[in-house]
Amino acid sequence: MDATALLLSRLQFAFTISFHIIFPSFTIGLAAWLTVLEAMHMRTGRQVYRTLFEFWLKIFGVAFGMGVVSGVVMGFQFGTNWSVLAKMSGPIQGPLLSYETFTAFMLEASFFGILIFGRSRVPPWFYLFSTAMVALGTTLSAFWIMTNNSWMQAPVGYVLQNGQFVPDDWVAILFNRVVWVRFPHMLIASYLTGAFCVAATGAWFLLRRTYHAEARVMLRMGLSLAAVLIPVQLFIGHLVGDYVHDYQPAKFAAIEARWHDEQPAAEVLIAIPDPSTESNKYAISIPVLGSIIGSMSLTSKEVGLTSFPPQDRPPVIIPFFTFRIMVGCGLVMLGLAWLGTYLSFKHRIERNRLLLWGIFLSFPLPWIAILTGWYTAEVGRQPWSVYGVLRTADAVTPFLTASAAMTTLILFVLVYAFIFSFGTYYIYRLLRAGPAGIPTTEPGEAAPNRPMSMADQSSVAARSYISAGE
Amino acid sequence: MVMFWVALLAISILIYLLLDGFDLGVGMLFGLAKNEKDRNEMLHTVAPVWDGNETWLVVAGVILWGAFPAAYSILLSAFYIPVIVMLLGLILRGVAFEFRNKALASRWVWDLSFSGGSLAASFMQGVMVGGLVEGLQFTNGEYSGGALGWLSGFSVLCGIGLCLGYTLLGACWLVRKSEGSVRATARRQIPVLAIAVLVFLVVVFAHALIENLPILQRWTERPYLFVFPAIGAAAALVLATSILRHDDYWPFHMVATIFVTAFGTLALSFWPYMIPSVITIEEAAAPHSSLAFMFWGEGLFVFPLMLLYIVIGYRVFRGKVGPMTDHY
Ligand code: HDD
Ligand code: HEM
Ligand code: HEM
Repeated sequence: MDATALLLSRLQFAFTISFHIIFPSFTIGLAAWLTVLEAMHMRTGRQVYRTLFEFWLKIFGVAFGMGVVSGVVMGFQFGTNWSVLAKMSGPIQGPLLSYETFTAFMLEASFFGILIFGRSRVPPWFYLFSTAMVALGTTLSAFWIMTNNSWMQAPVGYVLQNGQFVPDDWVAILFNRVVWVRFPHMLIASYLTGAFCVAATGAWFLLRRTYHAEARVMLRMGLSLAAVLIPVQLFIGHLVGDYVHDYQPAKFAAIEARWHDEQPAAEVLIAIPDPSTESNKYAISIPVLGSIIGSMSLTSKEVGLTSFPPQDRPPVIIPFFTFRIMVGCGLVMLGLAWLGTYLSFKHRIERNRLLLWGIFLSFPLPWIAILTGWYTAEVGRQPWSVYGVLRTADAVTPFLTASAAMTTLILFVLVYAFIFSFGTYYIYRLLRAGPAGIPTTEPGEAAPNRPMSMADQSSVAARSYISAGE
Repeated sequence: MVMFWVALLAISILIYLLLDGFDLGVGMLFGLAKNEKDRNEMLHTVAPVWDGNETWLVVAGVILWGAFPAAYSILLSAFYIPVIVMLLGLILRGVAFEFRNKALASRWVWDLSFSGGSLAASFMQGVMVGGLVEGLQFTNGEYSGGALGWLSGFSVLCGIGLCLGYTLLGACWLVRKSEGSVRATARRQIPVLAIAVLVFLVVVFAHALIENLPILQRWTERPYLFVFPAIGAAAALVLATSILRHDDYWPFHMVATIFVTAFGTLALSFWPYMIPSVITIEEAAAPHSSLAFMFWGEGLFVFPLMLLYIVIGYRVFRGKVGPMTDHY
């Protein structure tokens, strides 16, 4: 192995997982929303819920398909590029990932077929059940993968034997504090993604003056869910920060761009950290706030990066900025969601086109926050793969050549760029066409022995829309 | 515990071979279909179930990782290129299910990616099996064969063989699930494919004799293994008669039986090795605490549930698909 194979493997992992997470964060939220819509339709019988369900189901189908295929890659990358990690931590990470597959993936994958093709073939209660099972599957999946990653961030419940991490306390692995703050943080982040996409679509329809009834429901449901969840998310984010402070002091110092021990510590709001001089340029900071955030005290001493040997320090610039971008996105979303909810309950939102534009354009914010949050967590974890025990440089496949790694990285970039551009284009077209023209057949109306494809109907809708509108 | 997980691993791989086998096979035949109506109908015979089928690959992968981490880490890193090409193939065919019907002018792109992806994935799976049977190069327990160590005439032959096998399974599935021209075409393809698979098996066997592959010794040591080929041959006979009788139901089951026996033959001739003459099942196994954790939850309770999902899925979508009316 040479140094470039290591670097290329890191890039490849970062690229493929960043691509993958785009879809789960959307489908986790969307699956829950679809379940709610189907249940509301069954209870109230209002057509608007059914229309919205069919509309979002098509988008869900495309996103879910891309989530699945990009996820299958992830499951094998531990072995291909990180064979030492795979062998050493297999006794712990392997069982966790296998639980994810058994309890979550099988559930999602099996009921997904019924969700997309089976409405005319199963009784309504079973259809609702299938929807709920898909939603449950995505949630369980998030739980197991967060447990898995949290073990790498803060390894517990193991002994090192014959070069393997042998689990000796599964309860500690599953029920530790790190998992139980990071899992809610990720789950809420996904719900926010769903909520903002739904609200943004509502705003877009209102701006284009189409689909009034549906747009209002989407806007109100999306915004009010976000208005409740964001404050919770910010609070949990604080708890996540607490674990980093306690378990990964070097990462915490990098996030704060604190180069030297300070007592009491200041909080750097914004600056340009300069690793060569080990100091910050153009810093704006608030005295004492650093101690309050870190330890809830006015006098505590907070560790700086120079207290760690150079080979144990994470990069500073990436965690520092990505963390601030995540928090910034959270604050912008908070403002939009609160203002929007207030105005929509006052029935004034439809006249406020500026705000509608703001909500429409805000749909990437949750994704940006999620990606930057993960970059904070993963880049800040460096140089460790399993924090404090296994270095990333030692985790990589020893005989991997740079040329093999380069070939596969290029292939991944090409294939992903190709399917991503088409995928987003198709989703855009579905969204643009709106819920019109989707024949919502009640069970029994359709030919009983023929799977109804949402997809077929959608292309009719998309096409007729285009020929009518363009 | 170790035995339990070997068994579950074998069952999962077998389920994967049978289930994803037929939908990969349909994918390859899809490339030969002549018109849009047929292609649509072929796609619809697998669309509701392919995701569940493919997940069995993930199931096998994670059992391997959790229960036999040493084997997982060696196999995936040694087969670096084939694994990744297989994954890319699976990606290209997987997105085609959703993308194809959304595309207007670019539908041919997804037709191509569906059949091409299926072909690449199947071929690479066969290549890996071939490479494993032939033996990879190891020094002091570390893989030392380089990035292309798996590539040989034999492994390529196995790649082609698996493609043929999957296509045969796919053709039988189409006969079972469709009517009209799709069924007629598949009926014509089955005899050709069946003979090709037979020829392939003979060639592999001859090759093994000539090269005196290490695996062959297992056969002379354990003659009772010949039970498997015997059952396979019987199934081949039933297959031939059911084709002649234009039966829709039996061919699929007979080809599946042939797959089971071929798989059983191969698996038992590996015993007790996980990777022939490099690492045994016992050596590859994870510590007891890992195996037990997996056993008491997913092994005992969730695995039966997963089988139930398959039953539900295939029951909901049972019966012939019927000729699709063309919407476009
Ligand atoms: C918080 C959520 C989350 C995160 C961080 C990850 N995933 Fe994921 N994954 C999901 C949430 C998810 C999901 C919601 O369950 C998906 C996405 C869409 C879908 O179909 O299922 C999925 C699909 C999915 C699949 C396909 C399942 C199938 O065959 O149906 C696999 C094998 C993985 N993932 C594996 C991984 C691995 C090894 C990851 C980390 C390295 C990872 N995922 C990160
Ligand atoms: C005041 C606001 C927030 C704070 C203080 C905060 C804090 C943190 C911290 C410290 C991390 C790093 C955790 C680690 O290293 O393991 C993190 C990660 C993350 N954040 Fe935030 N966060 C905030 C807002 C948000 C918002 C609004 C979102 C998304 C909508 C979000 C999504 C994420 C994600 C997906 C991760 C990576 C997963 C993880 O490590 O848990 N965060 N957050
Ligand atoms: C889905 C959101 C995630 C994102 C965006 C993400 C991002 C990243 C990034 C940027 C890197 C490269 C870091 C560097 O080398 O500087 C990385 C490495 C890695 N991550 Fe993640 N990650 C995510 C989730 C996970 C999860 C859930 C796991 C484990 C279960 C995981 C395991 C790894 C591993 C094994 C590496 C390889 C290098 C190393 O060990 O440091 N990641 N990830």
